[in-house]
Amino acid sequence: MTTIDFSCKAVEMIEIVKKFGDFTANEQISLTLHKGEVHALLGENGAGKTTLMNTLYGLYRPTSGTIRINGEEVAITDPNVAIRHGIGMVHQHFMLVNTFTVTENIILGNETTRALGVLDLKTAEQEVAELSRRYGLTVDPRARIEDISVGSQQRVEILKALYRGAEILILDEPTAVLTPQEIRELASIIRNLTQEGKSIIIITHKLHEIKQMADFCTIIRRGKHIDTVEVAQVSEQDLASMMVGREVSFAVQKAPAQPGATVLALKDLVVEDNRGIHAVDGLNLELREGEILGIAGVDGNGQSELVEALTGLRPVTSGAIEVQGRSVTHPTPHAIINEHNIRTIHEDRQKRGLVMEFDIAENLILETYFQEPYSRGGVLQKASIYQAAEQKAQDFDIRPPNPLLEAKSLSGGNQQKVIIAREVSNNPRVLIASQPTRGLDVGAIEYVHSALVEQRDNGRAVLLISFELDEVVNVSDRIAVIFEGRIVGTMDARDADENEIGLMMAGGSS
Amino acid sequence: MKLNFPNLKEQFLKGTLGLTLISIALGFILGALVLLVAGFNPLEAYWVILKGIFSRPKYVSYVIIYATPLIVTGLSVAFAMRTGLFNIGAEGQFIVGAIVAAAAGYFFKLPVGLHAAVAILLAMTAAACWGGLAGYIKARFGVHEVISTIMLNWIALYLSNFVVTLESFGRQGTGKTYAIQKTAYIDILGHWKRSKAGIAFLREHPVLWDVLKSPVNMGFIFAILLAILVWYILNKTTLGYELRAVGFNPDAAEAGGINVKRSMVISMAISGALGGAAGAFQVLGVSHRIAKLAAMEGYGFDGIAVSLIGNNSGAGSVFAGLLFGALKYGGSKIQDAMQAPTEVINIMVGTIILFVAMPKLIRLILTFKGRGGKS
Amino acid sequence: MEAILKDLGFLIGTTLMYSTPLIFTSLGGVITERSGVVNIGLEGMMFFGAFVGAAAAYFTQDPWIGFFCAGLAGALLGLIHAVACVSFAAEQIVSGIAINFLGPGIALFLSRMLFDGATQTLTVPNKIPLPLSFLFGEGKLFPSAGVMDLIFNRFATVYLAFFLVWLVWFVLYKTKIGMRLQAVGEHPEAADTLGISVYRIRYSAVIMSGFFAGMGGAAMSIAVVSRFSNTLISGHGFIALAAMIFGKWRPQGALLACLLFGGAKGFEIFLGAKGVPIPSSILAMLPYILTIVILVSFVGKTTAPAAIGKIFDKSGK
Repeated sequence: MTTIDFSCKAVEMIEIVKKFGDFTANEQISLTLHKGEVHALLGENGAGKTTLMNTLYGLYRPTSGTIRINGEEVAITDPNVAIRHGIGMVHQHFMLVNTFTVTENIILGNETTRALGVLDLKTAEQEVAELSRRYGLTVDPRARIEDISVGSQQRVEILKALYRGAEILILDEPTAVLTPQEIRELASIIRNLTQEGKSIIIITHKLHEIKQMADFCTIIRRGKHIDTVEVAQVSEQDLASMMVGREVSFAVQKAPAQPGATVLALKDLVVEDNRGIHAVDGLNLELREGEILGIAGVDGNGQSELVEALTGLRPVTSGAIEVQGRSVTHPTPHAIINEHNIRTIHEDRQKRGLVMEFDIAENLILETYFQEPYSRGGVLQKASIYQAAEQKAQDFDIRPPNPLLEAKSLSGGNQQKVIIAREVSNNPRVLIASQPTRGLDVGAIEYVHSALVEQRDNGRAVLLISFELDEVVNVSDRIAVIFEGRIVGTMDARDADENEIGLMMAGGSS
Repeated sequence: MKLNFPNLKEQFLKGTLGLTLISIALGFILGALVLLVAGFNPLEAYWVILKGIFSRPKYVSYVIIYATPLIVTGLSVAFAMRTGLFNIGAEGQFIVGAIVAAAAGYFFKLPVGLHAAVAILLAMTAAACWGGLAGYIKARFGVHEVISTIMLNWIALYLSNFVVTLESFGRQGTGKTYAIQKTAYIDILGHWKRSKAGIAFLREHPVLWDVLKSPVNMGFIFAILLAILVWYILNKTTLGYELRAVGFNPDAAEAGGINVKRSMVISMAISGALGGAAGAFQVLGVSHRIAKLAAMEGYGFDGIAVSLIGNNSGAGSVFAGLLFGALKYGGSKIQDAMQAPTEVINIMVGTIILFVAMPKLIRLILTFKGRGGKS
Repeated sequence: MEAILKDLGFLIGTTLMYSTPLIFTSLGGVITERSGVVNIGLEGMMFFGAFVGAAAAYFTQDPWIGFFCAGLAGALLGLIHAVACVSFAAEQIVSGIAINFLGPGIALFLSRMLFDGATQTLTVPNKIPLPLSFLFGEGKLFPSAGVMDLIFNRFATVYLAFFLVWLVWFVLYKTKIGMRLQAVGEHPEAADTLGISVYRIRYSAVIMSGFFAGMGGAAMSIAVVSRFSNTLISGHGFIALAAMIFGKWRPQGALLACLLFGGAKGFEIFLGAKGVPIPSSILAMLPYILTIVILVSFVGKTTAPAAIGKIFDKSGK
């Protein structure tokens, strides 16, 4: 029983073009959303999906093209106009003020006031509670954003849109931060909303969620409109091929693992986060040579703090880190890298991985600049540095292979290659890869995965931490599930059952 | 390896040199407007300034002498900027350097040359501690260096005033200390030009005589040497690499194993040492003593302007320092010549800095003019 | 006993007097930094305000007109800072440094023009009044130079400063405008997506901070003393900035911090008046040493508004 009213077109985007200077982000894309429909917008990272929706929401103005809302042509010049026309947007990176409460965030810009602009928070809290009940989106109106879970934060974002009377909801990558259970909850929330007559656009690159939630799907590749399909009529494979433009295989090619001795052991590790809470709360783990151990889990269960502790960027509150049987206490990043030969691909390459203003060569020596042959007696040896950089650029297929280029001018994939080139040279004992394929396109993702497998085949120990369950399942030899700072289950990747893992990721047990 | 270089005009306009020169030009234009509105003839004022700089060899020499402390404080600020820190404390570091140089110059008795060297090194060390303290406060306690260095400036000022009152050091009742020993001077031909033989020689050579009427000293040469040293440290050494990495991205530097806190302290210490050197040169070459100050003399603050205008580089500091020195020296003459307030120079400098801070505005003006020109 | 009370009264009175300029300026700092714009040009704005205040008060013979003009002068410099930082994405600290050259430059330029080449104004004939004396007559409410008189018989600017602290607190935490201001300083992108004009709020905040700093300058030149001179504002703007940081960007916190620093100055004068044999130079160092000690001991790192100093750029959209 469909909720779609084909006689009413809630949104029509006709031949939208959006250029930023010389770069064309959207090239004549058209999209139609009927009332009560769930429409998915599918494309790789950087294809132009978010740009298109930002245009619909008034954050950008289209270079050319027409937008119609409920049949009427409109010029959406800023979010206020979009909101007036009943459009609400939930962004991928939440637009929430951490120090404000749930209510304050919801009413921001649309505040309930008494005379002279004085805030009336009591009335607002009541309204929020009422709205939350009506749509089944549980939140505590008085809680501060920085204190609530990510799933709750997302509900706040949706309530924000509904509070302003949104009839059309745009959800940008809504499932990136959710457990499989929460994704199912979101699916039912979306069903409720369409039954209430709302129309929804989901931006995503997750294929089985499209199958789960969407009626129709528009595929975008490199800014161009490829096709619009009825989801029930196509397979995930079809969608993937359209998204990428060629046949895609999901499986990672690899020979079976041949694990050796334990190289890294974590015993009852406790690490505090910035607010003094135990983000890592008694974690036990063993990593062996020649294997890829993948840690699966939803963002916010201690992964970031774990990596920071292992790399010396965050102090260990209690417990032990043992490298080849020897206990490592209070390590500095310098010691981790140089004494223990543990190398890391950090989750935020722009923050921790690269100095954007340095060129490729200077970035490649970030950890080794003080060693021969890169320097002698405190003086940099430029010739050696640039020669080595040219060699690495060739070996690791960095494009363009010019060591003088500033890191900020490289694409995300090539930036990641620079980091990989740096971390993987010098034969690390342990390679930690944290969100190594975030923001990369399919080609680059394949490259990174094969690099990790290569390291494992050379006898290194690889620790993979990723929020993308598919990646963990496909790439790892062994999987450990992290929940609230502890490992709640481990298994061989061949025996991995997504449902079981999903359950563990959410704290349940079978 | 073929690299596509943009054509010369594009490079000029997009490059920082072009933007800086345009900012300077805009500053001059604004200065002219201000003078005009105040009822003065800007051309006349600028002519007075030009004459005041170039018309006599003595004037040119004075410009160089005025510029020297500015160049060195400029280097101090520039060094810190390159490593991501705002050293507003060059003023206080200058004062500390001056105090130590004056004391070492007066109390020690050493042969010529060695005396000056010792005084300078001690001054730089003391000022390095003064700057390093701010760096330490930032690294350890997270206190922003803008605030801590400004506070240290004031503490240095009052410390200097206190030291001048000490019986052993200061001539009571005059507000000045005793002069440094002659052996500590870094003047060039300072004694010779006063000797009988010197005067006789100079009568025959009026240009040189005019030049030597100003307190010509080694300071400028030392300043150039320091500029080269700064360039070398930043670009050629591992220390410079560390400091630049920390300056651009302390998170990545930390992840790579660089000790960020230590870098901050070292950077501020070197920056402080440079500020102290400026003070030492001023004492050993020009004033030969220190005096009670009613307010800060401004070398450190002007150094900030020099550094910003000079794009935080060694060479830039030299040129910007000379420009600034010329403006200050020449600008001081318009007060007497035509009762035009010398502060118009400050307004010009402030305007230049403002434009230097807004490359977007200048680019906007240029593209606007370009489009207007085409139609 | 009587003597101790009188000393205390003197100390409190002097503290209030010297804190007031700092309070005005520090409130200005709170407003602008809460909106996400760093303003180290408060010193220059205070300097300019001090001059304009004294000059206007001299020429119009009315201190309140002078006071208001001082605010306008500071606001003018605030406008320049706003244009640079908000519209043209300038490096905020550099723009602040430019203001610190422009403010004194323009002030002294005008001073020379208007006061016959001097870098100080002539004495202002009418200072800011003392409301208690005005209302009740000299010495009528409290005995002159008695404890209560010393504490409460203060310039009107002191009372105004305390009122403004409350007003800023109220607006910031209890009104719609204040909530939007905070949002803009913490997460400008979020505010933007809700249709709030980040540019407009930041412009208003920076200009307002200039107005406050200008008032702070006038609180020195037409209340504490009765003229402007080029050594009058020496680092007070920066102390106000430190007070803001120490006060964790809250108006009430800034007030306490300013009272502390004013107290240090008051203590310095007190010791000097008592003839304590500590050299005046050492005493003069006190407020500045105190500032560093306090910042080091008490301030945590992460209480600044989250988006401070970061450029919010909507161009190209």
